[in-house]
Amino acid sequence: MRKSILAGVSGIALALALSACATSANNSGGGGSAPSAEESGTSPKLTDCTNKMMNDAPQVSVWGWYPNMATVVDNFNKAHTDVQVCWNNVGQGADEYTKVQTAISAKKGLPDVVMLEADHLSSYAIQDALVDLVPYGANDIKANFSEGAWKDVSQGSKVFAVPVDGGPMALIYRTDVFKKYGITTPPTTWTEFAADAAKVKAAGGPVFGDLGSNVPAAFEALQIQKGAVPFGYDITDPQALTVKLNDQASKDVLNYWADLANKNLVGKVDQFTTDYISGVVGGKYATYTSAAWAPGYLTGAGVGKGKSEGVWAVAPLPQWDTAAPVSVNWGGSTFAVTTQATDKKLAAEVAKGIYADPASLADGWQKQVIFPLSKSVLGSTEFAENKTDFFSGQQANKEVYLPAENAYKGVVYAPITTYYYAQLQAELAKINSGKTTGDQAADELQANIVKYAQSQGFKVTQ
Amino acid sequence: MAHATAVDVASSTSTIGTRPDRGRRGLNERRRSRTGLLFVLPFAVVFLAFLIAPLLYAFYLSLYSKGLATGVVFAGLSNYTTAFTDPSFLKGVWFVVRFALVLIPVQMIVSLALALVLDGLTTRFSRFARLMIFLPYAIPAVIGALMWGFLYSPTFGPMQQIADVFGAQAPFLLDPDHVFGGLMNVVTWQWAGYYMIIIFAALRGIDASVYEAARIDGASSLQIALRVKVPMISSALLLILVFALIGTLQFFTEPQALRLVSNGTITPDFTPNIYAFSQAFAYANFNYASAISFSLGIVVFIAVYVFLFLTRKRGSIA
Repeated sequence: MRKSILAGVSGIALALALSACATSANNSGGGGSAPSAEESGTSPKLTDCTNKMMNDAPQVSVWGWYPNMATVVDNFNKAHTDVQVCWNNVGQGADEYTKVQTAISAKKGLPDVVMLEADHLSSYAIQDALVDLVPYGANDIKANFSEGAWKDVSQGSKVFAVPVDGGPMALIYRTDVFKKYGITTPPTTWTEFAADAAKVKAAGGPVFGDLGSNVPAAFEALQIQKGAVPFGYDITDPQALTVKLNDQASKDVLNYWADLANKNLVGKVDQFTTDYISGVVGGKYATYTSAAWAPGYLTGAGVGKGKSEGVWAVAPLPQWDTAAPVSVNWGGSTFAVTTQATDKKLAAEVAKGIYADPASLADGWQKQVIFPLSKSVLGSTEFAENKTDFFSGQQANKEVYLPAENAYKGVVYAPITTYYYAQLQAELAKINSGKTTGDQAADELQANIVKYAQSQGFKVTQ
Repeated sequence: MAHATAVDVASSTSTIGTRPDRGRRGLNERRRSRTGLLFVLPFAVVFLAFLIAPLLYAFYLSLYSKGLATGVVFAGLSNYTTAFTDPSFLKGVWFVVRFALVLIPVQMIVSLALALVLDGLTTRFSRFARLMIFLPYAIPAVIGALMWGFLYSPTFGPMQQIADVFGAQAPFLLDPDHVFGGLMNVVTWQWAGYYMIIIFAALRGIDASVYEAARIDGASSLQIALRVKVPMISSALLLILVFALIGTLQFFTEPQALRLVSNGTITPDFTPNIYAFSQAFAYANFNYASAISFSLGIVVFIAVYVFLFLTRKRGSIA
């Protein structure tokens, strides 16, 4: 008996050990950059690339998840005889970040250039994983971007990535639901938003929006819109961190949504899930508070076809004070050069050049895959006058997204983004289940984040 | 080393010449144990390389602490004091302990009942039923969990569709009030078949003449099942109990897979293992994650030891 337990237990242990081993082997293999870390030559030949090389030039490994990345990479490789990109998609958002974080901790396995969202840059920069691009000519391309977009990738005088796309937020709504329940103009303030929500609900209509706990970045943006400044941080003084998560503005926004959720005026379903999308298609949500990349995402998820065809329109994000409108951003990505890159100068060329050529940018925005940040596109009449198919021909760029992007001021992100998002998500889930109020959630969050930041060695100012 | 000793012993016996028998026997024994070692070697190498070495490395990691802003410093056992006072970790441990206390009896009763019924049946149906009950175990845990995620779905899951007929709202089995039962259902579904097979195999190992004797003594089928069969397979029951206990305390796969559809109910500190995973791979804190893993190991060790101690005592009284 005892023997069989022992055998069984060690058998399980062995299986676990082997599977753990297999996983890690997978990780380093998936990167395709393990060889480059070992070889010291300037032109390592990379294996495991998703794309085909156009010539024998030195290669730079890239991770990225843009849906049209294959086209972008081919465009870049065709135009370059001095460098070739070896591209892999190792997952989108959190999936990639897990791999990035593991490779940083392991001190090997990172690609030369990595796609990151702006809110994660300082988390990796503080671990010395990202290269300051200023010595590699980052400021030469500064003029191509808006002030806000550039602030998102900068820390003081340092620049840690090249922006590609952004996510100015707006209010996407269903014209059929609005019409049916007598809402003639989309809400311009959050007060109107709540009033309209109550009106639709009272008439037996669907919920007005959704408070998904798994989109903390969007919620943070909504708090910033009210005037919250969650974090103060500058990598030039890496240990000093200001945390202000329970100021009145943050509490107001939490209370506002908690109130809507308690009254069942908004849904409580996590977004980017099959459940949510089927609800969106089925008309269970009157609006979707989201970013400029949303039409492309929704189209890809099957929204805007069949039952939900031709019912979508977009309006500017509701404001707290129409006299002083604030524009906020959700998502959007950049390319950063890692400190593990074999040839940092070459890698910087790739980071600056990939997804910056007119053909790739046009492919991206016309397919609605990205909302580009390059002024060459934002300033073009073709982009401004474009009639978006998803919004039944509405000139969404000119009417909504371009003004929003031009008014965007940028945000300071903390170097503890992943932890902060996880805690904010937990608080939003508690609000959705009616277990806490907005005030309590903000205070708990503040205490929690301060404690964590201190345990990480930050000198925290509250 | 062993070789030299053996030669030494051989030479000493031959020169002294007393008790040659014992000397020769000792030599043979040593030689035999050397051959035995060779057989153990492949296992020992894998065991040391993939279990002991990572364990030691993890323990080494757990003695240091790494701050994002400060770098790595030696911390001694302070990670452990942090872990055992960390509400996230303690909450997770409390959850898996509660989960084990409810899940294991349920699982045992389900699998034991199924095995006893199947053992009593002699029709062709029993073989088919056995296969079908075992089938969930053959489905990878992640796929099984995802499948249940769809079944639980409040938008298009069958539970909601049935409720729709009556114009009602089916409960969402992954919301904070129901997640305990929702997960228990998934795990029981997945593992009951496997445990059933273990119990069934043990039942098949019982000599049929025992039943005959019981029947002659006037025992009914139910009495045979409860008074003869169950005591005779108690060692198999103990085995699955220990398996279930260890597995439940290390609960990870199902909640991790269902996390994405749980609307935030399943947090990154839901169970100790998920917490360790989040600490290591999301928050870049391998040191604290190692300490949590070791702390969980301590909890598992204590639980299993207490359990084996209790059952062993009872066995000796009987």
